Amino acid sequence: MQVNMTVNGKEVSEEIEPRHLLVHFIRDQLGLTGTHWGCDTSNCGTCVVLVDGEPTKSCTTLAAMTGGHEVTTVEGLEVDNVLDPVQEGFMQCHGLQCGFCTPGMMLTARALLDKNPNPSEEVIREAISGQICRCTGYSTIVRSIQWAANHESAVSIGSAS
Amino acid sequence: MTTTEPAPEETEERPIGFGNLLRKEDPRLIRGMGNFVDDIQLPGMLHLAILRSPMAHAKINSIDKSAAEAHPKVVAVITGEDLAAQGLAWMPTLSNDVQAVLATDKVRFQHQEVAFVVAEDRYSARDALELIEVDYEWVDPVIDVRKAMDADSPVIRDDLEGKADNHIFDWETGDEAATQAVFDSADVVVKEEIIYPRVHPAPMETCGCVADVERVSGQLTLWSTTQAPHAHRTVYALVAGLPEHKIRVIAPDIGGGFGNKVPIYPGYVCAIVASLVIGKPVKWMEDRTENLVSTGFARDYVMEGEIAATKEGKILAIRTNVLADHGAFNGVAAPTKYPAGFFGVFTGSYDLEAAYCKMQAVYTNKAPGGVAYACSFRITEAVYLVERIVDCLAYELGMDSAELRLKNFIQPDQFPYESKTGWVYDSGDYEPAMRKAMEMAGYDELRREQAEKREKGELMGIGISFFTEAVGAGPRKDMDILGLGMADGCELRIHPTGKAVVRLSVKTQGQGHETTFAQIVAEEIGIPPEDIEVIHGDTDNTPFGLGTYGSRSTPVSGAAAALVTRKVRDKAQIIASGMLEVSVADLEWNKGSFSVKGDPSKSVTIQDIAMKAHGAGDLPDGIEGGLEAQICYNPENLTYPFGAYICVVDIDPGTAVVKVRRFIAVDDCGTQINPMIIEGQVHGGLADGVGMAMMEMIAFDEDGNCLGGSLMDYLIPTALETPDWETGHTVTPSPHHPIGAKGIGESATVGSPPAVVNAIVDALKPYGIRHADMPLTPSRVWETMQGNHTPPI
Repeated sequence: MQVNMTVNGKEVSEEIEPRHLLVHFIRDQLGLTGTHWGCDTSNCGTCVVLVDGEPTKSCTTLAAMTGGHEVTTVEGLEVDNVLDPVQEGFMQCHGLQCGFCTPGMMLTARALLDKNPNPSEEVIREAISGQICRCTGYSTIVRSIQWAANHESAVSIGSAS
Repeated sequence: MTTTEPAPEETEERPIGFGNLLRKEDPRLIRGMGNFVDDIQLPGMLHLAILRSPMAHAKINSIDKSAAEAHPKVVAVITGEDLAAQGLAWMPTLSNDVQAVLATDKVRFQHQEVAFVVAEDRYSARDALELIEVDYEWVDPVIDVRKAMDADSPVIRDDLEGKADNHIFDWETGDEAATQAVFDSADVVVKEEIIYPRVHPAPMETCGCVADVERVSGQLTLWSTTQAPHAHRTVYALVAGLPEHKIRVIAPDIGGGFGNKVPIYPGYVCAIVASLVIGKPVKWMEDRTENLVSTGFARDYVMEGEIAATKEGKILAIRTNVLADHGAFNGVAAPTKYPAGFFGVFTGSYDLEAAYCKMQAVYTNKAPGGVAYACSFRITEAVYLVERIVDCLAYELGMDSAELRLKNFIQPDQFPYESKTGWVYDSGDYEPAMRKAMEMAGYDELRREQAEKREKGELMGIGISFFTEAVGAGPRKDMDILGLGMADGCELRIHPTGKAVVRLSVKTQGQGHETTFAQIVAEEIGIPPEDIEVIHGDTDNTPFGLGTYGSRSTPVSGAAAALVTRKVRDKAQIIASGMLEVSVADLEWNKGSFSVKGDPSKSVTIQDIAMKAHGAGDLPDGIEGGLEAQICYNPENLTYPFGAYICVVDIDPGTAVVKVRRFIAVDDCGTQINPMIIEGQVHGGLADGVGMAMMEMIAFDEDGNCLGGSLMDYLIPTALETPDWETGHTVTPSPHHPIGAKGIGESATVGSPPAVVNAIVDALKPYGIRHADMPLTPSRVWETMQGNHTPPI
């Protein structure tokens, strides 16, 4: 079947099997491998993307269900070489280690800050509670999101190295 | 010497060497531009899926794969019989046992590998698994570890010639008679059965690989989720008979390891065989269930602990009898001479008169493994035993658990300290760490609050754990895995323009090696970290070494990086002496340049020297061009990091829900390379500890069905179950490590579970509870409060 959607601001039109999961569509068909896959059961959240601005677990969403909708992946956070403050916050506050859960965490953070620019620690923890990080123990992720809340636009940075 | 100064605040200026430095890994990872195994796509690549046994113990009578082979998108269907014809049905484990790649005669644990399908896409490969018909014949499984050695217990490993029981090994350490004598005359003896249930590391990225065998040259390139690429390459050479120089193992970005990615799993071998047979690249990625049910689990120790003390609280001896469940194949990753890993450090941080441990390891019809989940080769189990039994003693003596520990610490002037089980602790200064944790926690105030709450019937607990680890395996004279010595190489090249590349044998899975190893080199030679590229995870481009696990990267490979840099610096000094026309002895090093003693205006930078080393013109006599070196570091001893942890919990007496209110962790890992990264390592391990103590367990039913096969069943802490960690540190450098550093990667995973359990048990003191086994879920806490606590296994 044919599916049409907007991914990171670009129209895409692709032929898919009706059973194709969104995560596989994004990774294998569109080649956007920043979205990861981790559990199959909506528990870990490494696959979170934004669908019309809402955090959505792409491992349990059919690609066909997002037809006509707007999808944002981690690759869509940086615009014109300017990082999203969430991205810079994660780097500044050591909010990532292996980096596997990070794209999903950052997208949830972006959706949260869009609705609530100054969330409390409790609200941040609640927002990311559908996602698992095995490396950081979450405190630095909370700090990263707080950093982003306190910095409206990130400066353009190429690389820390 | 121990110092307790706070970490320096980060400044705008980046450190040239040690200090807080943002990670070099992050710019790609925050953009989704990491390169994980499942991100790799090769032209013509096929997908492999594994058929697994639904039963824990069953004979395989027949397999019909014809329907699967007829699937239009299936390229091959391979069974154990097919592999046996090539002599590839079995492979060695890291403990000199063998494990079935695909089952031939029978299956020995639920979800064991039985056959695999290779198809054009991952969905079709999975579809075709459904088309394979296997005729199984039920055999009674051995699930209860306590019954594994019963005379009428079915023999699991009848593949081993002459095997008539489920015994793997007996092991002992310490002095049995001396320990008995101490116990006989002690005022107080406390005994408790302490169980460390089976848990799983469950890294966010599951295991997998892409195997690509080039048909003409026979070259195998394997992109693999491995923490030990060099060791894996050698094992593949030995298993498959492939020439080692034709094997290249690449570990790209790895989404967490925690020991789960140390062993070689059947799936890797299947993918290699498939690519070899078909002549195309083949990808295998586990799903989450496969990861939880078949790959390296951790712990599964039933420990009978005993402690002897005077009535004043002087601990005299500790004794333990352990029953170890290793699953269906002995797949433990541990140095050959240490079948129980480093469990021998169960004497902890205390100065004892005697100690003894007896252990028996057995097979059961459960997944193989045993050493994983950031355990530092079984030190997790050892620390849990000693820190739990010490609390049981405090309970019996009616003593404060902090006071009891302070009274029994090994004293600073006793280091290097040889324990009663023969471990030589390199350095330590325990009391300052303990006092610091108590001060951060406001310990006395917490105890006052607890007393008030108990008056009102509220449940609040304060748990302490003081741990000593032994990490950085290890000295070649004692330690090897499958005959491979546990030394690690490092190579450093300084390019003509003064930029550098350092190549490591170890492999990060998130620990930040690309940053910290650049800092080690920077500290030693004064080149800024951003000018130093760290290459790792590629056997063709790095020197040999055994990889990253057991917190060994900094103790072993970090030492190699420092020493190879000093070797390069020594050569640079000779070249500098020629450039400045003075003798070598007349030069002094200023972190980045050599200058003439007494005349700092005469100096050359390391960048000047690098250009000279590669440039035209004469060099001092006997000096070759270039500025590079390679070494292999053989550690003289392990390093012994330690820490003091305090956990505060509140329990709702109506629902038995435990809330971790605070967690204070003071760690000492010697010299700190990057405090930000150290804090991150500690935080992650603390969350692990909360998980193991309160949520995580791989359980089985009596038929051997795994009950922890998804993240809906195997519970991992989220941001809601974990508090905002409070960390601090002391610094007691290792005397034998070139930069004084110890390992930190696993300290918190090792040290935190007893702190959480001790806190929960302390909260339940009004109920007369002295011990309760993990995982302390609300239902298990509730049962404990009702006097119905049952062991988890």
